[in-house]
Amino acid sequence: MSKHAIKAAEFIDNEERMKWHDAALWLVRSKRDNATHGIPEWEQLRSTASQIKDNVLSHLDQYLEEFEAKATKNGVQVHWATDATEHNRIVQKILAKHQVKRIVKSKSMLTEECHLNAFLTEKGIEVVDTDLGERIIQLKEEPPSHIVMPAIHLKKEEIGELFHEKLNTKKGASDPKYLTESARQHLRQKFLNAQAALTGVNFAIAETGGVVVCTNEGNADMGVHLAPVQIHSMGIEKVIPKAEHLGVFTRLLARSATGQPVTIYTSHHHRPKPGGEMHIIIVDNGRTAQLAREDFRNSLKCIRCGACMNTCPIYRRSGGHSYGYTVPGPIGSILTPGIDLKKYSDLPFASTLCGSCSDVCPVKINIHEQLYKWRQVIAEEGHLPPAKKQSMKLASWVLAKPGRYQFFGRMARRALRVLPKGIINNPLNTWGKDRDLPEPPKQSFQEWYQKNRKNDE
Amino acid sequence: MSKKNILARIQQAKPAATPLPEIPKFHKDHLDPLGTFINNSGLFGTQVILRSELKNMNEDIHMLFPEAQQIASLLPSIKSTVDLNAIKDPHDLVSVDVAIIKGQVGVAENGAIWITEKDCGHRVLPFITQHLIICLKQSDLVHNMHQAYAKIQIDDTGFGLFVAGPSKTADIEQSLVIGAQGARSLTVIIEEGT
Repeated sequence: MSKHAIKAAEFIDNEERMKWHDAALWLVRSKRDNATHGIPEWEQLRSTASQIKDNVLSHLDQYLEEFEAKATKNGVQVHWATDATEHNRIVQKILAKHQVKRIVKSKSMLTEECHLNAFLTEKGIEVVDTDLGERIIQLKEEPPSHIVMPAIHLKKEEIGELFHEKLNTKKGASDPKYLTESARQHLRQKFLNAQAALTGVNFAIAETGGVVVCTNEGNADMGVHLAPVQIHSMGIEKVIPKAEHLGVFTRLLARSATGQPVTIYTSHHHRPKPGGEMHIIIVDNGRTAQLAREDFRNSLKCIRCGACMNTCPIYRRSGGHSYGYTVPGPIGSILTPGIDLKKYSDLPFASTLCGSCSDVCPVKINIHEQLYKWRQVIAEEGHLPPAKKQSMKLASWVLAKPGRYQFFGRMARRALRVLPKGIINNPLNTWGKDRDLPEPPKQSFQEWYQKNRKNDE
Repeated sequence: MSKKNILARIQQAKPAATPLPEIPKFHKDHLDPLGTFINNSGLFGTQVILRSELKNMNEDIHMLFPEAQQIASLLPSIKSTVDLNAIKDPHDLVSVDVAIIKGQVGVAENGAIWITEKDCGHRVLPFITQHLIICLKQSDLVHNMHQAYAKIQIDDTGFGLFVAGPSKTADIEQSLVIGAQGARSLTVIIEEGT
């Protein structure tokens, strides 16, 4: 079995949790639908956003240079990082300059991707994630399982237990209101004591040299405006040309993510606070390689709303951790093979190719088509597991000749009827795992057609 | 060095140029944004009060939050108990109970209001305060985000913000909880007149 299938099996093992997870995410998908139904121009917005992103990818170098020039003029220090290691070193250097021992962070999938927390912790710096979901998984020492709802895989009782142990809340208390209030008190202390704050970036505007950060909790702002040093880490693909384009993306982002008309806070940072310092780190880390792949470069249009995860029948029933990467779900499964084809060769197969992900994507990424294309690349490069490779060979041999196909069809129908279940559902037949194969029809469609319709013509 | 490398790689990799699309005008002028604004603000738990419903704004606001000890007002018409000019370190704002500031533009489709650091005195004020009150003119309401961005200049100041409600989270089992890390409530007072 593939790595994803093994981890998914572990998740499914707890059926009650799996069903809860499935339903919770489907509810978010329904909220997204409701929110979009209130906007008659929704489809036009999606096309416009997609076209803006096309334009961005085809002028990425110019926009990044324009962005840097403007930001520098605004008094911001701009850094460039080829990979995760360089990004982390830049952060460390900034922190060292100010002798920072305590840093607060808001949600940033990029820093998850770069494993910044582990890097800084090793250097003796206290790193506190301040988004509630991120703080929960940080205390639990787990990676996020969703890019918008990082702790969606946990039940409130587990969080209550965790908070009792780490934040000294009442034993057995699991009321979300009580737990959130406890976290608020705990995090306020962290905000007040932080010497630096780091955020991710939702949008960077070339025209004005500023960055936009969207949150519901206000945690990014609590950090950034209190600490003297602020750092914003962004992937190269986050840049958009003009301020007016924010109108399109802010209308799409929150509606697609959680079904809200907009995030509670949409913060526009352009200059350091009086007496403060502001840094922006522009990170490649494999993105230019993805840009070079014609079939897959569209994945860089992603605005990280998570809608493709919420709608995916596989994600909902296998959980984010089964994907083994920071960005899970359909979008993660088309980003990861570009990072390490062999390591993530199972992920494009963790899909039914139903296409729901592409239908909900606010920037119209052809996710399911890319999943199918990655499968072909993986097969060509020889990364299919041996069982799949052999069965594919056999299938193409059978399907190549009509006579052969008809013969084996008859054989299979007979075999399903006469063989005992123990042989049909043998361990090699993964289709017979946890379920019975269907009752075989008496005849094939071709045989039926010959008998019933041929004479009508 | 990394900058040069990254830009060189992009030049090698980028697709053929495509044009920027025109953004269509999506709103209808004849609709009244006030009703829509009030409805959509309610979705997030924002309380909207019309100025005409208040007799004496100064007294009424103190009535809304009778327990409040520290009131930081940036509106000349409302008495402030905190001397914001004397505060140099934003950490000192931690015990502010109510902050009252002026909003520049309100957006009907989502209840968001544009404020800048000029309106706040300190950037952290609208977040660190326990409760936030924003005063807004009805004539400053627009229909949607496109109109809002056309009306404001995002780099006019070093920091600007759309705020659309009280701080909230649903990170524990998707249960909505108001009052995460920022202000616990948002009250919007609208001065009527178009």
